[in-house]
Amino acid sequence: MLLTFLVIISGCFILIRLLPNIPAQQFGKDMSLVLQRRVRQGLVDANGNAIPLIQQYWNFLTRTLFTGDWGVSESLYIGQDCMQVFLSKLPATILLNVYAMVFAVPLGLLLGIYAALKKNKWQDHVISTGIMVFVSVPSYVYAFLVQYFLCFKLKLFPLVMNSGTNYFSASMFHSMLPAVISLAFGSVAGFARFTRAELTEVLTSEYLLLARTKGLTKAQTTRRHALRNAMVVILPMIIAEFIGIIGGSLIIENIFVVPGVGPLYVNSITARDYNFFMLLSAFYTIIGLSSGILLDLSYGFIDPRIRIGSKANGKY
Amino acid sequence: MANTDNYRNIPAEKFRFTNNRSSSDEKFKTKQIGYLEDAWHRFRKNKSSIVASIIILILVIYAIVVPIFCETSYSKSLTDTTYLTYTKLLPKTKSLQWLGWDGCHKVELTDNNLNYYKAIEEETGFDVVRKVYGTEVADDGKTLYTAKLDSYTANGFLYMTLTQEQYDDLQAWQNETGIQVIYPAIKTKNVTDANIWYEANQKGVAQLDRNGNFVNVYKTSGNDGNYSSIRIEGDPGLNDPEAKDRYRYATVTGDSSSVSYKCRIFKYTYFQYRYGFEPCFIFGTNSLGQDIFTRLASGARFSFVFAIAISIINLFIGSMYGAVEGYFGGALDLIMERISDILVDIPFIVVATLFQLHLAKKVGPVWSLLFAFVLTGWIGMASRVRMQFYRFKGQEYVLAARTLGASNGRLMFKHIFPNSLGTLITGSVLVIPGVIFSESSLTYLGIINLESSTMTSVGTMLANGKDYLATYPHIIFFPALFISLLEISFNLFGNGLRDAFNPALRGADE
Repeated sequence: MLLTFLVIISGCFILIRLLPNIPAQQFGKDMSLVLQRRVRQGLVDANGNAIPLIQQYWNFLTRTLFTGDWGVSESLYIGQDCMQVFLSKLPATILLNVYAMVFAVPLGLLLGIYAALKKNKWQDHVISTGIMVFVSVPSYVYAFLVQYFLCFKLKLFPLVMNSGTNYFSASMFHSMLPAVISLAFGSVAGFARFTRAELTEVLTSEYLLLARTKGLTKAQTTRRHALRNAMVVILPMIIAEFIGIIGGSLIIENIFVVPGVGPLYVNSITARDYNFFMLLSAFYTIIGLSSGILLDLSYGFIDPRIRIGSKANGKY
Repeated sequence: MANTDNYRNIPAEKFRFTNNRSSSDEKFKTKQIGYLEDAWHRFRKNKSSIVASIIILILVIYAIVVPIFCETSYSKSLTDTTYLTYTKLLPKTKSLQWLGWDGCHKVELTDNNLNYYKAIEEETGFDVVRKVYGTEVADDGKTLYTAKLDSYTANGFLYMTLTQEQYDDLQAWQNETGIQVIYPAIKTKNVTDANIWYEANQKGVAQLDRNGNFVNVYKTSGNDGNYSSIRIEGDPGLNDPEAKDRYRYATVTGDSSSVSYKCRIFKYTYFQYRYGFEPCFIFGTNSLGQDIFTRLASGARFSFVFAIAISIINLFIGSMYGAVEGYFGGALDLIMERISDILVDIPFIVVATLFQLHLAKKVGPVWSLLFAFVLTGWIGMASRVRMQFYRFKGQEYVLAARTLGASNGRLMFKHIFPNSLGTLITGSVLVIPGVIFSESSLTYLGIINLESSTMTSVGTMLANGKDYLATYPHIIFFPALFISLLEISFNLFGNGLRDAFNPALRGADE
């Protein structure tokens, strides 16, 4: 996995270095020509653009991986340390997604369990149809609906999230809610669908019939036998999702102007701020990779019968 | 010993059949059912999938037919500057007006605003303020009217400078159809708003006379190039075209060699003159004045073509790669798997951005986006094919074919590959909504810009509409509705396909 990360980062690095450095060319346009040349030369030297690419690459790797220094921002927050800016943006994103998960996990599980228990009755049909709709519709469509109806028509929430860093105040929480709701919609449906599918499979299995013939009530069998076995598959998914959402939802964060990582990424592209871009690409890659690893590990952790290396049922 | 060789000498006529029936099995009485036909039978039973495929079909037909047949002279004239005067018109149909689909919206107006629109109504005779629901006293003591406003006619007037030919042509058209486009010019020079034909203060607030009527400030002197067409009510020139104080319908500038007329043009009727039909947009117009109905159709067409192209390319690359991996196995498989492992872990958004930065200038944004999708898109397909190959390559029938001397290529594509057809078809259909979703997300975020006067995508339309979400939600509503319908029906359709091709997986996650 580390190798994969290295390969991806190297690829990004080389591709980025091959691009014309627009901020450096734009820098100091209003200065006199002599000064301009000197400043630009200084910038090139500071970036290490004058030395061979392979050496630049080595410098970059040692610098970023061992000292955590990702350079300074070139155009977005001129002169500020990328890592610092990034870390200051991270809490908003994480908090937003944690709230969304806090909403989504219990609600999704409950709906899924209810639908599985009432399988093929009208309750199940209603929930299944709802799940189908909510899984399919893109999250930004909910965001528009939430923004239009809850924020604009009913004026329950502010249109965009508060700025500032006072993340735990009541008004901040209030202004976060629309974004949380829009994020949670999709997750609720996803969890409910997964839970329902897993649980119906377990509920129709033969050992459950055995448990019933032993004399256990339906509630007992469901709680002690069915749910526990279904959780073997559901819990790892929740854990993996938890890591995955730190990456956040670019679109939702953009719509509600969340001062988080998502808008930072988009801005770094439009402003051609390559140091930021490198840092965030690395960030998204790490998120993706580690959620995969965690998913694999948690199977074995939750159910000791499953061990890594024995991908017997083809699930990985 | 001689006897043993005797069997060779038995004459042929001594042999006879033990029975006269043919030795083959009985023929099937029913028609044979092929693989695809069998899948179709199962698919037909799934009602939701049928409904979904009908919806998809309607959307596809919309995307194909509308850009071809429903283009009007308006939606075709893409570089026309008059576009900018027909912006943000609301959805309107001629047949479904009673449903509220009439191009009107409810607005809150102050006294002055209400008068502003009433003036347009009085001058042109069109219903601008359809209804006043009620009044409300605001905090600052002003009265607020809740009114139903026709966005098409409330659009009002604009000043337009015409050449001699255009001026003549417009007059001729007016005479022919009896629809008035040019309205009288105004005395005061410093009024820039063409809608204000009445006595007003500097802020444009109407100064009514004692009876509460508007006082007109029409120009009654000067040259208007001998206007000889429709005149408005109350014009002294109505009875006597040569009257001294007749209203003048244009301000003439320039000398005789290049004369130009500055006229007050009513946008609604000018549209009829210019494009040959009354303005009526069933999905309204966007902030650039483009007709959303045709624009969305061409955006949808682009999205469909793009997604299908990617699906086909991925299918091709993925099946080749997966077939080689799965068939040969061993070290080759290991190396190829590691390559695809690395590729699949690159976040798509990073790939798309890098391709955009590198290639967009050279090959255009569409191609660079296509490459980005193809770079990692085939991996899912490849792993499916690989799995199928592993399953089937050890089976006896493959061994039999190999014994009979079938080559590797023949074994791969004639004997094993058809077994993975079902999963492949399902997979490549499900690629389509995924691609459309990713493309719309990327264009929405502005990472990729696909907008031009002739081309658009659904994501771009969403991005353009987001600024008007609060005031003109229809701009964003129709693209959002389109993409939601598309995603829902494609998911249902894909589920149906999967159940039809792999009955064993039925109901795995509905």
